[in-house]
Order: sequence, then C-alpha cells, then structure tokens
Amino acid sequence: MTSDPKTMTCEEFQAYLPELIGSGENAANHPHLKNCELCRALLADLETIAEAARQLLPVAEPPDELWSQIESAIQREKAEPDPA
Amino acid sequence: MQPPDPDQKSAPNAVAPDPPPGAARPAHPVKFTSTATPNPAEADALARAQAGDHQAFAQLYSLHKRRIYSLCLRMVGNIAEAEDLTQDAFLQLHRKIATFRGDSAFSTWLHRLAINVVLMHLRRKGLSVISLDEAMEPAPDDGPGRSFGATDLTLAGSIDRLALEQAISDLPAGYRLIFVLHDIEGYEHNEIASMLDCSIGNSKSQLHKARLKLRDALHRFPRQEARA
Repeated sequence: MTSDPKTMTCEEFQAYLPELIGSGENAANHPHLKNCELCRALLADLETIAEAARQLLPVAEPPDELWSQIESAIQREKAEPDPA
Repeated sequence: MQPPDPDQKSAPNAVAPDPPPGAARPAHPVKFTSTATPNPAEADALARAQAGDHQAFAQLYSLHKRRIYSLCLRMVGNIAEAEDLTQDAFLQLHRKIATFRGDSAFSTWLHRLAINVVLMHLRRKGLSVISLDEAMEPAPDDGPGRSFGATDLTLAGSIDRLALEQAISDLPAGYRLIFVLHDIEGYEHNEIASMLDCSIGNSKSQLHKARLKLRDALHRFPRQEARA
C-alpha cells in the first residue's frame, strides 16, 4: 500500500479495505472515512453483515429419516467392516 | 428408532480453542455457541458412546444434528447434499469416536470433522476447486471501485435473518465457503487458508468480495419483497 491514507481515492481505499478489515484494526478510524460518506456507508454495511452472520443460529433441522439412514449405514459397516 | 430430542439450546455447546485431530487450531470459539461449559449430559453420552453404546451415540446425534446439518447446508447450499454430508459426518464420527481424547471440546472436534467431510466431498466433485478458482479470479464487477458510487441506501444496522440466509445460499460456492467458515463459523483467515489450500490474502480478499455480494443482495431484497 503506497498511497497516503489521507489522500486516498475511494477506489484505492476500497482496494485496501480487505486488508484493513482483515488486519483487525479499527477500520472506522481510517483517515479516508473522515470525509467520505460513501465509504463510511460501505464499511458500516460490511460490519453489519459480518455481525448479522455471527448471530446466525443453526436453525435447519435434518429430516427425521436421516437418523434411520445413519443407523442402517452403521449396521452395514458393522456387518462388513472396511478392510482399510 | 428416533434418538431422544434434546433441548435445542443444549446442542451448540462447549466450544474451546483446541485443535481437532489433524486440523488447524481454531483461534476462537465458533460464534454461535452460547457457552463454553461442557454439557454433563453430553459428557456422559460421549463416554458411553466411546464404549460402544448405540443409544448414547443416538443421543449425541440428537444433540448435534441441527448444528452439523446447518453447517453442511450453509457450506453446500443444497438440501440433498447437506443430508448426505450430515450422514457421512456422523458415520465418520461413529468410526472415530473412540479416538477422541478430550484435548478439545467435543463439539469443536465434531465440527471440524464435519467441515473436513464437506471439503473432501467438494474436492471429489471438483466443485471447490472450480468454484474457488472462479472466486479467486476477479470478475468484471468485482473490481475495487465496484462499490464506488453505488450506494443509494445503507442497511441501517439491521438485517433480516431470512434475507441473509437466502443471500448466503445464493453466493457462488467459493465465496459462500469462505464466508461461512469465517463470518458464521468463526475460523480465522490462516485456518481457512490452511483448510482450502489458498493464501491468507486470498481468504481475506474473497471474504470481502462475498460480503460485497451479500450487501448488493441485501440492498435489493426489500425491493424484491415489495414487488412480490
């Protein structure tokens, strides 16, 4: 990253954003955001998405018959153990 | 025979930052876990299952089926495949459960085992390679200036869960994989890079692109709903 953080264009800032976010630094403190509403909105959205993803719960329920299939497969393996 | 149906809240439990066998060490607990305290019922079932008690194994299935199935479904985005992979994961568990020594939380160990099952499946299909390579290649609309000037509203700090689930499901496979592993399952970029055999930089870059795609999808969602 060679650009001066204070004079970055939006394109430069957004190209740098994956590294900035991945670094664990507080991206919201970046100088470019002081005067750039678009990039502030972008960052806010990305943070909102990441936060929402962290709160997703394992809501999907497997079908009841899946356990029967697993039981059958276990019994088959017991009857014919894998030589490996 | 159906296994006992436990309290849902007890299923995603007990996660500690310890490595499952042959896996990179998770840097932090899986995010949707609610407690790091081992579940006594699980510990008992685990001990009995390791001794060959089939009922106890059924209990472990009940405790973890929702979490493992959800993981598989989010990773592959396909119900039939997710069912097959859940079955494969529990079969693997049945084969390997005696080798679990308790160096990590059981749920962490099982979780990583299931991820490995999914990744092996994707590699066998060639899908992960293709999709990941596609994801690694910058698409015409993925350039750094892509979002520049494109914002006409923000997500305003809240996201409809169903919309997010749908948007994740609609992501290209490579993006989805990295997003699920990082943002939902809580793995770090170095762990993902190790799992997917890509660079840390690629993992960061693809996660960013995945979030951008989700952002676009979520911005479109209210309008689609309004038209429906």
